Formats: sequence, C-alpha cells, structure tokens
Amino acid sequence: MMGWNRLKWFFPMLILAGAILVFILRSSVNDYILSIICFAGINIILAVSLNLTNGFTGLFSLGHPAFMAVGGYVAAILTFPVTRKAMLLPALPSWLAAQQWSLLPALILGGLCATLAAFLIGFPVLRLKGHYLAVATLGFLIILQVLITNLESFTRGPLGLNGLPLLTNLWWVYLWVVITIYVCWKVKHSSLGRSMLAIRENEMAAECLGIPLSRTRIMAFALGAFFAGVAGCLWAHLVTAITPTSFSVIMAFHLVVMVVVGGSGSITGATIAALMLTSVVEILSPLEENLGAYGISEIIISIGLLLILIYRPRGIFGTQEPAFLVKQRQRVSGEVGRSLSYQNGKGGTS
Amino acid sequence: MLEVRDSHAYIGQTYVLKGVSLEVRHREIVALIGANGAGKTTTLSTISGLTRSRRGKILFRPDPDATQRDITRVPAEEIVSMGISHCPEGRQVFSDLNVWENLLIGAYLRKDKQAIQSDLQWVCELFPILGDRRRQSAGSLSGGEQMMLVIGRALMSRPRLLLLDEPSLGLAPMLVEVIFEMLEQINAQGTTILLVEQNARMALELAQRAYVMETGRVTLSGTGRELAENEEVRKAYLGAI
Repeated sequence: MMGWNRLKWFFPMLILAGAILVFILRSSVNDYILSIICFAGINIILAVSLNLTNGFTGLFSLGHPAFMAVGGYVAAILTFPVTRKAMLLPALPSWLAAQQWSLLPALILGGLCATLAAFLIGFPVLRLKGHYLAVATLGFLIILQVLITNLESFTRGPLGLNGLPLLTNLWWVYLWVVITIYVCWKVKHSSLGRSMLAIRENEMAAECLGIPLSRTRIMAFALGAFFAGVAGCLWAHLVTAITPTSFSVIMAFHLVVMVVVGGSGSITGATIAALMLTSVVEILSPLEENLGAYGISEIIISIGLLLILIYRPRGIFGTQEPAFLVKQRQRVSGEVGRSLSYQNGKGGTS
Repeated sequence: MLEVRDSHAYIGQTYVLKGVSLEVRHREIVALIGANGAGKTTTLSTISGLTRSRRGKILFRPDPDATQRDITRVPAEEIVSMGISHCPEGRQVFSDLNVWENLLIGAYLRKDKQAIQSDLQWVCELFPILGDRRRQSAGSLSGGEQMMLVIGRALMSRPRLLLLDEPSLGLAPMLVEVIFEMLEQINAQGTTILLVEQNARMALELAQRAYVMETGRVTLSGTGRELAENEEVRKAYLGAI
C-alpha cells in the first residue's frame, strides 16, 4: 500500500509542476509561442477525449470536429460583446442578443450542448460499427457545417463570427487539460472504463456479462463530445474567429492520427502524440512558407502514420500506460494474489 | 428453476428454434446435445437474452423459494443480474486486457466490493493458474487457460444458473477432463449448470439429465445414463456401430 500512496502524491506533484511551468512560460516567452502552446494543449484535450470514444470503446468516430463546432459556436454567441452582436447579428433573438457571458459558463454550456448533440445523433448512429460508423459521423460533420452555414441569423453563415474576445489563455487551457486527463484516467481505471474496453475487445462476451452495450457506447460518445465542445470553445476564443469550415475533415484526420499514433486506449500515448503532432506542424510551417512547398507537413504526417501502422500497429503505447504510473496499482492486486497462491498451496492438495 | 416453453426463434431470416421446451431444476447439471446446427447455441442465447424468441415463454426462478419471473422479454443485462450467466462458445476472452481485468469485468453489475474480492479468491482457488497469471494478457494464455478464464469470469457475476456453450471445444482430452471436473465442483458448490456439448460422451457422464436436439426441436430427453444407453443416441452421437 506504500507504493500506492506514493503514486497518490505523484499526480498532484505533476499538476503543480505543470502549473509552475505555465507560470514561467507566461512570463518568459512571446505571445506567438504562447498561442502555439495553447493549441498544443487544446489538441491534448481533443486527442485524450477522442481516445475515450475511439480508443477505449472502439467507436471509430470522425465527428469530433463537429462537437467542437457545436461547443465553439454556442460559446461564441454567448461571449460575443453585446454591441458587436447588435452590429453583426441583428436578427438574433433579443434574449440572446442581451447576453454577454464570461468564459467559464460559456465553456461549460458549450460542452453540454455538444454532449446533447452526441446523445441525439448517438442513438441512431451508434448502431453502426467500424467504417460504417466512421462514414456516418463524417456525414454528421458535413450536415452540421451546412446547418451552420444556413443558420445565418445565429452564425452569420459562411462569413463566420470574427472579433471574438480573446478570452483563452494558457491557464484556461491548462486547467482543462488537467480536467480532461483526470476524468479520462479515472474512467479508464474504473468499472465503466473496463466495460468500455470489454466492448472494444469482444462485444458478444461483454453483452453476456451484462454490460449494457448501447448505454455504455453512448456514454463514451457523449463524454468525448463534452470535452470536444469545451476544446471548441477554447479554440474559438484563442483564434478569436469561427467559421463553418474551422472544424474540418482534415482536423478529424489529425485527431485520429493522434489516437492511432499514441496507441488506442492509452491516455499517455494520446497526450504525447498530440504534443508531437502539434510541434511537427508548427516546425514545418515556416519551412513550407520558405520553400513555397505548401502541404509538406500533411505529407510528412501521413508518411509518419504509415510507418507507425507498419512497424508499430498498436501505436506507441498500445492500450497501456507507462509502467511507472500503474506499477503500484498492480502491486496492490499482486498482494491479494500472493496471499491467494499461499492459500492455494495449503488448500490445493486437498 | 428454468423453464423454456415452446420457444421459437430466428437468427436473421433463418428459422432456428421450432418450439423448444426444456426444464432445468435447482442444482442440476443438464446437458443439451445434438448435431451442428440443431439450435443448441441459439437455445442458450434466447435464455440469456442475446437473441429474442418470437414465440414461447422462458421462466426463471433464481432460488427455490423465490418468485418465478418471465424473462422472455427482459434485457440481457438484467438477466445477468437476476443470476443467469452465459458463457459463450469459443473462449471469448478480452485478449488485450489482463486476467485480473477480465475477471473484474465479470463482476461488472455488482457493487459489493468486499464480496467481489472474496469471489476473486474463490475463482483463483478453483483455477489456481488464473491467480498465477493474473497480470498476463488474456490473449497470451493457452486455449485451456482461456477456457478456465471464461468460466471464472462467468462465475464472477455469482450466477445461480451457468449456461455453458461447448467448454470442450478445441481442447486436448486431458484438459477436457480437468474442465469437467471443475464443473462438477462448481455444481457441488451450488451453481446449477446448463451445458451445451458436442462431446456427448463426457456430457452424458457428467449430467444428471440431458436433452437431445435435432433441427430446432428437442427429440429426446432423459437422465444422462438413459440417453447414454439409448440405441439412437449411441448411433448418432456416441459413435457406436
């Protein structure tokens, strides 16, 4: 049990270390680099939450950007200054036009709206599996884009909303990274998480053991969508603009790459892959500009994905977390096991 | 304990169960034998709620003094929580998860943490190899060990009735002996067993009573010994000339 206690200290220390790092970064580096770090954090939120849906439960969803869009637009309309709303969105219902929320409630409501959307489309769509599900969620993304484009009185259509207040900073991003990782970690190591993994591994056996398939699937889908919605809000208030094409199929592709590269089901893997992918894109984009070779980062990412699929098809971490983070936990069950084998030694001969 | 009355079921478009009736009494081992495609597996899955029957009734009474319930339309997870555990055909382990996690998933519907721990102990006493290999991924176990894991996992929901589909499938004869001995022991400790088997000889030896199925119907029933001595059964399933 000693080891378990040590591990209990490890995570708060890690969170504290991260907070100190955020503090140092905010006072030392320039705004441009800070915003890149924010994007990396948002990508971590997205990859870890998508991992809950795609990785744990095996629901191959490409709809994550759609939930970002739901969250992003809801929050954007809520935080938009009243004066600008009167100018840009004159057709907005008066009760909405009078709202000017601060970031946190807008984030939460945005996340909840994304969750609601996930529930609504989850019921019909989650009957599908594998690539059928992927295509259906992709369809949802496109339907949503069309919807946003045509709901002009709320969204200004294809023009999008610009001049949003710059509310997202590294502290907010960091807070949500911590919350996302914490929640997903807790879920993974709970009975609910095990039942999700069970569904991914063997649906029929899971059903035989009394795991309610559709309820668990929808739960995974909706929980993933909540964090995607939050990430969408953070994204919108970092870029300070949002259009129907902000959340695209390319983005869905990038997120899936992060989950696959990190290892489906591994939270650590998704986090590291998100960091890696963001840095690769950011490092390569000046190169693209200098060489005039636009799209080179896409090619490099795709080649990297192919290599990983060939040589490490289960991703960097597989489903596991690194040993030093879970070793202690296993030692606890190991103690039970040891006392058991002792008993077996006594009773086994009878 | 369990009564299936005139059950009719379809798999997709195929009419598989054409009026199956059978009964399992408390603390019995009942075997269901028959050729491939006779409907044995479908019978089990209609009982556990994985397949819905179109007609007929399935009644279940977890304990002799409990009230009888109609479980024909009850969802699968509720059937598990009422005390029926279905162990599907072909060693369906969660191969990426380790032995311990597999067993814990078996206890998914239970909230009594203390009792789950003691049941883990119980399962490891039944199958010591599972305790030894608890951290190994289930996919890396041998066929026999996987079968033990699947049975152990089914026991983790504390079933009153265990539905077993072909526990001998693809196992060496010696391992089949071991598994069947374990079943006898599990039964002696109070779990009723309904067993589907291709290995009719072993099944009839173990079971108190048995049913023979042919093309979606029960054609013969009797005690294990009666059926083992029955001329037709001997010809069709026991390889007698």
